[in-house]
Amino acid sequence: MTESRHTPAPVGGSGSVPTLHQATGYPAAPGHPAAAGAPSSARRDLFDLEGWSSTRLTALLDHAEQLATAAPPDALQGRSVLTLFYENSTRTRVSFEMAAQRLGARTITMTAAGSSVEKGESLLDTITTLDAMHPDVIVMRHSHSGAPEAAARWANAAIINAGDGWHAHPTQALLDAYTLRAALGDLRGKRIVIIGDILHSRVARSNCWSLPTLGAEVVLCGPPTMVSAKFATAYPHGVRVEHDLDRALAGADAAYALRIQMERAAGSAIPSLREYRARYGLTTARLDALINAHIVRPDLAVLHPGPMNEGIEIDPEVAHGPQSLVARQVANGVPVRMAVLRWALGQFDLPEDLPIEAHASSSASRTAHRPLPEEEYV
Amino acid sequence: MSEDTMPLWIRGGRLIDPARMDVDLKDGRGDVLIADGVVVASGDPELVARAAQQLTDGTLPVGGAVTSVDSRPVQTSQAPRIIDVPKGHVVAPGFIDLHVHLREPGLEIRETVRTGARAAAAGGYTTICCMPNTAPVLDNRGVLEWVNALAQQADARILPIAAITVGQRGEQLTEMGELAAAGAVAFSDDGKPVASSGMLRLALQYALPLDRPIVNHCEDPMLVGGGVMHEGPVATRLGLRGWPAAGETLMLARDLELAGITGGRYHAAHLSVAPSIELVRRAKDAGWRVTAEVTPHHLLLSQSWVAGEREGVLASTPGPRYDTRAKVNPPLRTLDDAAALLAALVDGTIDVIATDHAPHSEVEKVCTFDEAAFGITGLETAFGGLMALVHAQSLPLTTLIAALTIRPALAFDLATRIGRPVGTLAPGASGDVVIFDPDAVWPVATERFASRGQNTPLAGLTLRGQVRRTILAGRVVFDLDGASAN
Repeated sequence: MTESRHTPAPVGGSGSVPTLHQATGYPAAPGHPAAAGAPSSARRDLFDLEGWSSTRLTALLDHAEQLATAAPPDALQGRSVLTLFYENSTRTRVSFEMAAQRLGARTITMTAAGSSVEKGESLLDTITTLDAMHPDVIVMRHSHSGAPEAAARWANAAIINAGDGWHAHPTQALLDAYTLRAALGDLRGKRIVIIGDILHSRVARSNCWSLPTLGAEVVLCGPPTMVSAKFATAYPHGVRVEHDLDRALAGADAAYALRIQMERAAGSAIPSLREYRARYGLTTARLDALINAHIVRPDLAVLHPGPMNEGIEIDPEVAHGPQSLVARQVANGVPVRMAVLRWALGQFDLPEDLPIEAHASSSASRTAHRPLPEEEYV
Repeated sequence: MSEDTMPLWIRGGRLIDPARMDVDLKDGRGDVLIADGVVVASGDPELVARAAQQLTDGTLPVGGAVTSVDSRPVQTSQAPRIIDVPKGHVVAPGFIDLHVHLREPGLEIRETVRTGARAAAAGGYTTICCMPNTAPVLDNRGVLEWVNALAQQADARILPIAAITVGQRGEQLTEMGELAAAGAVAFSDDGKPVASSGMLRLALQYALPLDRPIVNHCEDPMLVGGGVMHEGPVATRLGLRGWPAAGETLMLARDLELAGITGGRYHAAHLSVAPSIELVRRAKDAGWRVTAEVTPHHLLLSQSWVAGEREGVLASTPGPRYDTRAKVNPPLRTLDDAAALLAALVDGTIDVIATDHAPHSEVEKVCTFDEAAFGITGLETAFGGLMALVHAQSLPLTTLIAALTIRPALAFDLATRIGRPVGTLAPGASGDVVIFDPDAVWPVATERFASRGQNTPLAGLTLRGQVRRTILAGRVVFDLDGASAN
């Protein structure tokens, strides 16, 4: 048939398990090492925290705690970690690079600006090009939800999501859980209020998986244009949606302010930054009043993923006050990402992981260009 | 006389022709005799056998000595070629698709008139109406005649739909009179909604004397914005921008009101949400000249398919998340919407099943979900997919065939456009036939598609119900078993 541009794919069995790097439907790109059957080391991907159990999350955080005090400097000797950032970042990218280097890995930094991406190279071509140089890990940030999962179909390297669109920022949620656990102890029964533009927030979405799983009560707060009632039922554990910040903060153990994106103010979800600050800002005046009225505990923990707009979503006195965990969040990012890198490269297992051999065989089925039977589409 | 133009006697099948009330034709054994591309006898096998004998002898009477024989003079005098249809296989009028994107001219990387027509034939379709969102847009007689010329050699009857506005920009009406005279069967800016209420009103009014429907893609652009999938919990979890149901109903309600005040002929493209049905029902009850269509994918699939959760009547093992093959506009909705659309199809509120066949090249789908093009390639899987509803006893087979044949023929008044009836096998109708095995099980192997587009979430699924042969005006254009008719 002259129209066909595809090698018919033989029908093969499935049997792989989610959360691991595997063929999820798309054969490896032609000419790609995966298609040629090049050997690949065992590796795992991290796209999001969906389906992560409490024991699994806890095990990763426990390992990160060990690494915080004693990181084996040669653990990732000879490994290469490539950071591929299609969006701006300070702390996440540096944190990953710091984590990789403290474990002895080499890091390569690539940003979309100044690369062939600016010449219009597609994500597929960029990923296969970079993957052809055999990095062990690609840490990736992209403005489109699901981009890391797409990339994982085309790459042998482990793909770690450093933020995709509105969808997920799993290492941020892990370091948030780490930080909250260190400050508040066991998170069961703790009430954590996330404030801001939830609709566009991958940080909030990832925390909507991990924090309730760890037993915390999550309250999402913002104007209805930024957090619709749909969020209350979108996640299996359920979260609470509250549009009044004072009510949301009542009885809270932690308040987590999200960055308000300036460009979203005009003519959009909020009438002005001034009004946003008045209604949803973590201001000194608001917190003092709530504490004096015994509505909020005086040691309410305060978090922010950064970068902050001080004076808008959070007052500088709050951001840098004694209850602020913001600096600790940044510091804790490094051991958490060390743990993620070691796990991704198979140096330790988490509960509910596939044995690494099983994983290797599932990736082998992918590299042998044998897609799942129902997915012969390229 | 070449084999292509020999008379054809289709013998032994179960004849289903929903357009005909004759008891013997409703749903029993029935034969069809075609000569000169036209049905000369159909129905009762004895009567058809007698007509076949008379045809061979050159004594087929003009004027219809035999019941169910066309009164038209038959030029042929030759023994017909016989197609023996296996027991259990169904003979029906060739399918008609009112909503197909053939991409030519300009977007041949996705599809051409030739490959699209071959895909149609493989899917049991003999008549397809192609949308004007080509490059250049089919908004003038030159492009229309270009497509007409390409259609001459194609394996399906191709009836172009011309744009409502120049360049689909929504600013200035096309030369509808000239376009209608040159063969445009309807007008649509499909792919783009007609955003201005005033412009749509003008189009409905201007087309009145042409008696061609105005077809609109109902999407309020100010509300939908850049939505990429159904607004709901799946979009929330995946972090994808939602396309709310109200984006459809807002524009549909407006369009129906305009059809009402103008008396114009209006056809709603690819309805996808349950509340749209009540709007169409009210408009029809008011006597407005309104028809509506639904796609196979909106009847069969749901938003969960985007997340790889393949629920519904075609439920199967999980697929990839962010499955770009399930990205389509309007988006896949909920199973409740699908059930409501099906009920509306059965009760006749929705007239037609149309595929919205939208082939895309690989580069337009092997990318992130946000980047991916909207559209599902549909011609070759529509029938097999829809048969799942028949096998689940949710959809009577006769209704399915009606929604693929006589109902679309009536919606676009195709008998007038073509010059003889289609969508039926009554004597005098065009000899357009599909023969299918309702129980054959087959895998959807996209690499064997005739279409250039392989972008379907049904890839690799197993369907039950398969087209065996397609006959266009007495010419076999698709034969699953034998060598291709080409």
